[in-house]
Amino acid sequence: MEKSKKMRQIAIYGKGGIGKSTTTQNTVAGLASLGKKVMIVGCDPKADSTRLILHAKAQETVMDKVRELGTVEDLELDDVLKYGYGDVKCVESGGPEPGVGCAGRGVITAINFLEEEGAYTDDLDFVFYDVLGDVVCGGFAMPIRENKAEEIYIVVSGEMMAMYAANNISKGILKYSTSGNVRLAGLICNSRNTDREADLIEALAAKLGTQMIHFVPRDNQVQRAELRRMTVIEYSPEHKQADEYRTLAQKINDNKMFVVPTPLEMDELEELLMEFGIMEVDDEENVGKAENA
Amino acid sequence: MAEKVELKTVEGVTKESTQSIIDDVLALYPEKGKKKRAPHLAPNDQLSGKACVNSNKKTVPGVMSARGCAYAGAKGVVWGPIRDMVHISHGPVGCGWYSWGTRRNLVTGQLGVDQFAMQFTSDFQERDVVYGGDKKLEKLIHEAKELFPLAKGFSVLSECPVGLIGDDINAVAKRVAQDLDTPVIPCNCEGFRGVSQSLGHHISNDTIRDYIIETREFEEPIGPYDIALIGEYNIGGDAWSTKPLLEECGFNVKAVWTGDGELEKIAATHQVKLNVIHCYRSMNYMCKVMEEKYGIPWIELNFFGPSKIKTSLRKLAELFDDTIKEKVEAVIAKYDPQMQAIIEEYKPRLDGKKVMLYVGGLRPRHTIGAYEDLGMSCVGSGYEFAHSDDYDRTAPEMPEATVVFDDASEIELEKFAEEMKPDLVGSGIKEKYMFQKMGVPFRQMHSWDYSGPYHGYKGFPIFARDIDMAINSPTWNLVKSPF
Repeated sequence: MEKSKKMRQIAIYGKGGIGKSTTTQNTVAGLASLGKKVMIVGCDPKADSTRLILHAKAQETVMDKVRELGTVEDLELDDVLKYGYGDVKCVESGGPEPGVGCAGRGVITAINFLEEEGAYTDDLDFVFYDVLGDVVCGGFAMPIRENKAEEIYIVVSGEMMAMYAANNISKGILKYSTSGNVRLAGLICNSRNTDREADLIEALAAKLGTQMIHFVPRDNQVQRAELRRMTVIEYSPEHKQADEYRTLAQKINDNKMFVVPTPLEMDELEELLMEFGIMEVDDEENVGKAENA
Repeated sequence: MAEKVELKTVEGVTKESTQSIIDDVLALYPEKGKKKRAPHLAPNDQLSGKACVNSNKKTVPGVMSARGCAYAGAKGVVWGPIRDMVHISHGPVGCGWYSWGTRRNLVTGQLGVDQFAMQFTSDFQERDVVYGGDKKLEKLIHEAKELFPLAKGFSVLSECPVGLIGDDINAVAKRVAQDLDTPVIPCNCEGFRGVSQSLGHHISNDTIRDYIIETREFEEPIGPYDIALIGEYNIGGDAWSTKPLLEECGFNVKAVWTGDGELEKIAATHQVKLNVIHCYRSMNYMCKVMEEKYGIPWIELNFFGPSKIKTSLRKLAELFDDTIKEKVEAVIAKYDPQMQAIIEEYKPRLDGKKVMLYVGGLRPRHTIGAYEDLGMSCVGSGYEFAHSDDYDRTAPEMPEATVVFDDASEIELEKFAEEMKPDLVGSGIKEKYMFQKMGVPFRQMHSWDYSGPYHGYKGFPIFARDIDMAINSPTWNLVKSPF
């Protein structure tokens, strides 16, 4: 399916709980405040990718409606596409509760449905896919298949597991970049106030062959806005945190650095973590030894 | 559809009598099932030219449905008959195995040289579901190409698990097609998609649109009588009757979709002057695409029984010049007496007999004329997977007030047979034994019951013989039911 050339499709990945949905929605709100037309496609059964834009507890998802109607063929676009702050189009793929069914297929079904029903209109400047923490099966790679998202941003922090996840996601991007045009566009550091966090993420980005596109400082204003189911951009446009997201939005808008990533080997990643003191230097004698042993 | 329709009736069948049979059947269902099934059963309103039933809806859970799946519609119907391609069933082995040759779409050529009617599958194991089957698929296509270098292309037909684990068959197909410089066509026809095999036809048509049409040209220049025969699957050799018939009428049949079909001819069909479509349900999508994109008109014809063949050939000739018109009249004049002789032979034994049909794509309406040529009447008909436009086309063919049933269940068919008392039921393998146990003569109307062809002038004598053999066999009088 041929997409309009000017539409940029972006997928946001990152470790579970890192703040992808919050970062995505605040960034999208930032883009909307710059006058851009954006659509968010939530690709997570939790369906929390659009609540701050819609001021809703949870949007009715594509799969909710499919379950209700019995088949996807009876579904209409209007049933599942809602407009929120800044005229942002919102869709949630939805899916089963944990432990049953197949959430990955839900993502595939939802994206196919949006394509067939013409949700990707020419007036859109950006489409954002907010994807479940780990790319656990092929379904969650759907957003980066051919003719879909070509730019990927990974949300990361200075914590070890977040960086592991970022490296693993880069491996996935590498695999897809050989068969298509998927590129890593940058790391977004969603700060957890760990030591030398910005330097560390800069170093990781350099090793991956990419950039840290922005360092989003930790600020409780984000949580205050979330309590009202709003983005900071909308809740307190004058606040300095809103400036951060607008800056990130502007940087994404202007970004031209799209690379095939060079993921790190495990040893290499651990060396980096040791260098920044996040991991203890490996001492064979101490492995498996309890603290008081 | 603007032909004048003459009202047909069957003695003793009125809208009231049929509705009362339907009501009796519905009374067997629990309340919820009854509510769902009621709109799918109705007495025919012949002169309305409109569907009297709802269709293309999800099957009611718990009833015995004869429907197939999207994969069946793609592999079995559209892709399988293309003889010079290797068709790969991507997933566990069963789907490929049970769809191998069972439809009786016959092919010419040498196995492994210019036809590949073999079973190719990626034969998924646990590890392929867990780790993904894309690497295996890629390897398999390379191996198949090495073993069968003359294959003109490959189709990759997704089975259910592929849609769940998210194997990107489109990316594999693209890569391998480049590596091998051979068409590799990915078809995302997972069985669980849609309500019946119908969606598989549609997905396959879309795939032909996206990957095949316009990728080749015919070598020789295009002439005014170049046509394509669409929705002819060569069941029991049907295309070997219809194609020569059209050629005798002065046409060049440049491609057949897809019976005994060839990929490169299908790919060049955008050059023809007219598309003649037989099975509307499974191929109307591509006829409409070719009409919109290349301005190729299309005409829906019926090659069952001499009356319908005659009308169809004349309708076709109307679109062409006097050369064709003269040839068509000569063809009709040549075959009419032969067909008349067949009718004279069989009609005395079949006159007044009643038939009930429950089949797929086009036969529930298209074959009615052939039975009528033999003096028989259709008292009930229905489709497994039709849409409203099929039922619109069915209304004028069926006699007034006879019963129309959509996606019928086993109990419905049984009750309709008990009440309408057909002398013959024409349906599929899944219905066959129920009717035979009831002592009702039966013919498989999907596969022509190991016989055929039934299309065209070559097919009618075989059809007449088979119907006579089924109805007038002494077998059923010798069998005494213990019940």
